Amino acid sequence: MGFREAVESGRFLITAEVGPGKGTDMHELLEDAEAIKDRIHAINVTDLQSSVMRLGSLAVSHILADKGIEPIYQLTCRDRNRLALQSDLLSAWVLGVKNVLALTGDHPVLGDHPEAMPVFDCDSVSLLQMMQTLNGGHDMAGNELKGVPDFFPGAVVNPGADAGAGLEMQLIKLEKKIEAGARFIQTQGVFELDSFEKFMKRVEGFHVPIMGGIIMLKSAGMAKFMNKNVAGISVPESQIKAMAETEDKARTSVEIASHLVKGMKDMCQGVHIMAIGWEKKIPMVLDKAGI
Amino acid sequence: MIVAEVKPMAEIQDTIKKYSKVLISGCGSCVTVCLSGGAQQVEVLASSLRTAAKSQGQQLEVGQETQLRQCDPMFIEQIRDKAAGYEAILSMGCGAGVQTMAETLGNIPVYPALDTVFFGGADGQGGFMETCAACGQCILSRTGGICPVARCAKSLTDGPCGGAQAGNCEVSKDTRCAWQLIYVRLVRLGQVHLLKETTPPKARRVHPARLNRAE
Ligand code: SF4
Ligand code: SF4
Repeated sequence: MGFREAVESGRFLITAEVGPGKGTDMHELLEDAEAIKDRIHAINVTDLQSSVMRLGSLAVSHILADKGIEPIYQLTCRDRNRLALQSDLLSAWVLGVKNVLALTGDHPVLGDHPEAMPVFDCDSVSLLQMMQTLNGGHDMAGNELKGVPDFFPGAVVNPGADAGAGLEMQLIKLEKKIEAGARFIQTQGVFELDSFEKFMKRVEGFHVPIMGGIIMLKSAGMAKFMNKNVAGISVPESQIKAMAETEDKARTSVEIASHLVKGMKDMCQGVHIMAIGWEKKIPMVLDKAGI
Repeated sequence: MIVAEVKPMAEIQDTIKKYSKVLISGCGSCVTVCLSGGAQQVEVLASSLRTAAKSQGQQLEVGQETQLRQCDPMFIEQIRDKAAGYEAILSMGCGAGVQTMAETLGNIPVYPALDTVFFGGADGQGGFMETCAACGQCILSRTGGICPVARCAKSLTDGPCGGAQAGNCEVSKDTRCAWQLIYVRLVRLGQVHLLKETTPPKARRVHPARLNRAE
């Protein structure tokens, strides 16, 4: 069953994520994707994640699609103006890429080419509107398209945004994204089920499936780093301790992730697992969670 | 106002190294206010250049003068005769001042002594901060009087990205997220509903802009 059909059928959704590397070697990425393809509905392909120059998400999405593994093409507004965004979208469609995750994108200054020009001609909301417009047979300027795509757009939200202004604005923007055509939502990494449940209460009535983000921990150091540097991430002390004390980091990481998946089954409409190199352990996470 | 900073001394010295008679020209407007290119800074730069030349055994005569506004040919005309006695001019005006001077004087090279960095205002702590990017379609009426074009690192006009931490921008822990400021202001003004409106991507203006004033 394709991702869109899974979303439309109301099934509990499972997606994972792969990050193209720096260079042309796709060996490991393809091996990882093959290893999990039967357990998930689609795989996100990141777009120069953290503003680090890498192999492009469109090419990798296309290759996955060719292999029968359904991609979710991540598209950011960081590097492309509205001409390039629309053109890349049409290119994606002819290359068999249908699901697109609309993102604003990190600032280039955070990456490995900090001198690069930040584009941000559009943002995540206008990118979603753009897909709606293309799906309707026109470009942003109102010109008619010969051959019309039918994208299945998604968007993201950060449930761990600063309480108060940060979270309120995330919710307002999420509503705008849904209004602009987002059909599924993936969240930033969640580590704590109680606060996630509170967040889910806030989005009740938004009527778009929300997929809880799960980042697989690699070490206590990584957890501490994310707590300090990644917006909206707060790994609880108990998980940091478990990762520090364990003799088998992978096993503990799988346990933490599967606990989250299990909890989310009754809270939201799916999970998005970011394994960051441990993709092959995703089946274990799902097994343990009883999926 | 336009905010500028004095270039590193080594760069200025390198720019004028082939000249032995240089006129430093300041501007009495924005760059005087932001303490980078007024009469005082002209004095400081002139004496530093003289001292440096002397210690390196170089022949350098440095003249000084400051106009009220370097970006207006009318003021530049007044120093035409004085300028003629020099091989080069080191302008302490903003980029607009340097160009007006070069255009008006025509056959004397005019070099910038400042890096022009932004438009902004005083930050109340002795510094200045960027607050407008001259986008050509002001949206301050929808953003509580706080400009996301100039003050959000990504110039987002539709609400924040997901990168703010503790209310600070993802690019720097020393900079408040513009949307955090906008939200707080809109709450105070009772205008939070404005955030729900979607702003279409701006029409990017074409450089150079021009403003004609018919008589
Ligand atoms: S929106 Fe911002 S950049 Fe544009 S004119 Fe207004 S203050 Fe200046
Ligand atoms: S953190 Fe705030 S100011 Fe910084 S880029 Fe994101 S929205 Fe803009």
